[in-house]
Amino acid sequence: MSATSATAHAHVEHGGHHELGFVRTYIFSTDHKMIARQFLFLGLFMMILGGLLALVVRWQLAWPETAVPGLGGILTETGGILEPSTYNMAFTMHATIMIFFVIMPILAGCFGNFCIPLMIGARDMAFPFLNMLSFWVTGSAGLIMLSGFFVEGGHAAAGWTSYAPLSAVPAYTGVNWGQNIWCISLFIMGVGSMMGSINYITTIINMRAPGMQLFRMPLVVWSLFITAILLLLALPVLTSGVAMLLFDRTLGTSWFRPSGGGEPLLWQHLFWYFGHPEVYILILPAMGIASEILPVFCRKPIFGYHAMAFSMIAIAFLSWIVYGHHMFVSGMSPALGMAFTVTTMVIAVPSAIKTFNWLGTLWGARIQFTVPMLNALAFVSMFVIGGLSGIFMASTPVDIYIQDTYFIVAHIHYVVFGGSIFGAFAAIYYWFPKMFGRMTNTVLGHLHFWPTFVFFNLTFFPMHIIGVGGQMRRIYNPMQYEFLQHQQPWNVFITVSALALGISQIPFVVNFFWSLFAGTRAPLNPWNATTLEWTAPSPPPHLNWGPTLPTVYRGPYEYSSPESKEDFLPQSTPPVGAAGARRH
Amino acid sequence: MLDWWLPENVSTYGQEIDWLFHLIYYITGATFILVFVTMLVFLVMYRDRPGRRARYTHGNTTLEIVWTVVPALILVILTILSVPAWSKIKMTMPETDFVVQVTAKQFNWQVTYPGPDGQFGTADDKTLLDEMHVPVNKVVRVILKSQDVIHSFFVPQFRMKQDAVPGREIRQWFEVVKPGRYEWPCAELCGFGHSGMRGWIYVHTPDEYGKWAAQNLTAEAAPAAAEPKPEGTKAETTKAEPKKEGKAKK
Repeated sequence: MSATSATAHAHVEHGGHHELGFVRTYIFSTDHKMIARQFLFLGLFMMILGGLLALVVRWQLAWPETAVPGLGGILTETGGILEPSTYNMAFTMHATIMIFFVIMPILAGCFGNFCIPLMIGARDMAFPFLNMLSFWVTGSAGLIMLSGFFVEGGHAAAGWTSYAPLSAVPAYTGVNWGQNIWCISLFIMGVGSMMGSINYITTIINMRAPGMQLFRMPLVVWSLFITAILLLLALPVLTSGVAMLLFDRTLGTSWFRPSGGGEPLLWQHLFWYFGHPEVYILILPAMGIASEILPVFCRKPIFGYHAMAFSMIAIAFLSWIVYGHHMFVSGMSPALGMAFTVTTMVIAVPSAIKTFNWLGTLWGARIQFTVPMLNALAFVSMFVIGGLSGIFMASTPVDIYIQDTYFIVAHIHYVVFGGSIFGAFAAIYYWFPKMFGRMTNTVLGHLHFWPTFVFFNLTFFPMHIIGVGGQMRRIYNPMQYEFLQHQQPWNVFITVSALALGISQIPFVVNFFWSLFAGTRAPLNPWNATTLEWTAPSPPPHLNWGPTLPTVYRGPYEYSSPESKEDFLPQSTPPVGAAGARRH
Repeated sequence: MLDWWLPENVSTYGQEIDWLFHLIYYITGATFILVFVTMLVFLVMYRDRPGRRARYTHGNTTLEIVWTVVPALILVILTILSVPAWSKIKMTMPETDFVVQVTAKQFNWQVTYPGPDGQFGTADDKTLLDEMHVPVNKVVRVILKSQDVIHSFFVPQFRMKQDAVPGREIRQWFEVVKPGRYEWPCAELCGFGHSGMRGWIYVHTPDEYGKWAAQNLTAEAAPAAAEPKPEGTKAETTKAEPKKEGKAKK
């Protein structure tokens, strides 16, 4: 570990304080904190778009084939009524945007960039230029993805999973360039994410501050480390998959088209071999964030630090061998399905361990219900529901019935919204003071959290019910089916809740921008936390610390330790009576 | 409340799926209550109050072993209990003389009966569009194909679902215990007409089925009329085309 300090010291000498121009500071910045903010803005902007698309989908499901308010000007031919093809496009792009351009940029892009160097005591990422490139490549991918809305034939409409051959032959969907752009954009996004992940891994391995042993790293760094490894290994599979799909569509190859000897299931194998680790890419950072925030506001060490780290490692390994549970009824050998049931049941164990450890952290705590804490608690509780509903699907016979129903939609939203998005909100409220140097408004924070939590549940919980009733996902109009008509009041209820959930985000937007410019100045350590980022100024300057990097003496969660009078003992505070502080 | 639950099950293996569903429902429900009550109690008991310091502990090995082993055991049991139903439904094929061929296409189910000679691919095959007729209490084997994209054969009341994959012939079976008319939607996104792609499966008593078959499946019977789809989701109402399937892989 001590070898890394040499690198860090070498760094600071070159750092200096030369003033960078506007462009180098705000646009083409190589500073990890600026890149983090850029990823955050990208993700939040895309979240508005993805959210509106979701509301459009919900409108159609509640009041089929009526004009969607506000869409009259866009869908001029139909006066704002969604056609089936437009509807398919809307849910395809809702999921694509939310997964690739909201959650990944915010959790991995923003908080990966922001937290890793600051929390391990590094001055920047290992490859700052590559880091900048990673943002701009991802941002370009986002722009390319948006351009798809404007091409003839509309954007991709084959679902975010883009199952071949529906996605492989333009005539099957009537979408031509939209799907090509989808492939190209995800290809570029994959390259950008690879740049980021290499950087994260290298930084964590090589650039930890003196004394920052692996098992003294905060759990959020552990989670981002593991996420980066998954990104590095999983994204290339998607990248190659979408390239093959694009070749099928444009160059006449037949990877996935049976008419030319291709195999449709090959796409599913490639997609889910990427797709399941991807699910953990979306949720692991949120798990890390919750594990980070709970101890701070419990004023108590995390329960079972090693179990928490090892369970994430276990999840990362197992995530490669569970992907077949997406394909139980796909035509894949049923014997293979049985094998995937076993692995899927196994991967539930580390998730259970994490949940119980979070509960253990609450036990005997001194809980402060701050806004980040509320969001972290929402993460834990919603993740529990999402995890438990996953057990239904792990059982192959039950999956036969609930596969492709709203039960699955409910499950993914409990994991990805209830999990990842609440994790993202928790992280934004928690690190905002450090990131922007100002505190967020607590009243607005509560005004955002409570309605979001309530309407989230009112939106997504009933989806379990209509899913058990058999409602298929991705259908345009449930009223076309006799066996679903009696459930239509639920669809209306869900849509009304979803609209309220959308409106509940307004206090967040107001809070974010108001605090950005007019929030009270943040002190160095507003939450009395122990990890290294709180020893840097708020916001941290270029290269994060002054001439001396912090030295780490202990684990990350020393709250209410008998060694200290205060209820927190920062990682960098030298032990009493030890010669730790000697040369610094 | 009953209305908001699983639709009525009418197939033989559906009971086993429902039994597992309910078992998991009770297990996860109990876990949910356990976790949430614990959490709420902790949140109230251990809320920040002046003059109290949090308990300084890094964990408890015994507890951690318990909450690793107990869920693991429950999950092992669930896995073991899932195996028989899965292997019965998907891995074994009961003997039967009743075989139909279903070829999915955008956006219809084409149901082909082998005709009196019992052979597919001969002149006396009969193909219906979006409707299937089967006798009650009889194992029905379905040879599932697709002509274009992936579709999914879903009959909620049979608890049956299987994707139809172009280029493959997938064999499935079901046995229904109650006569009736059952909705048969496509469960896999298959294009703009996906929603509304559905057929009906008519389950007859043996007598009724015999009558229906005599009228519709014998050589003299008029070609089965294909009803145009009332929803008119741009689905073409092409006449059924027998034996124009893609290559049949074995």
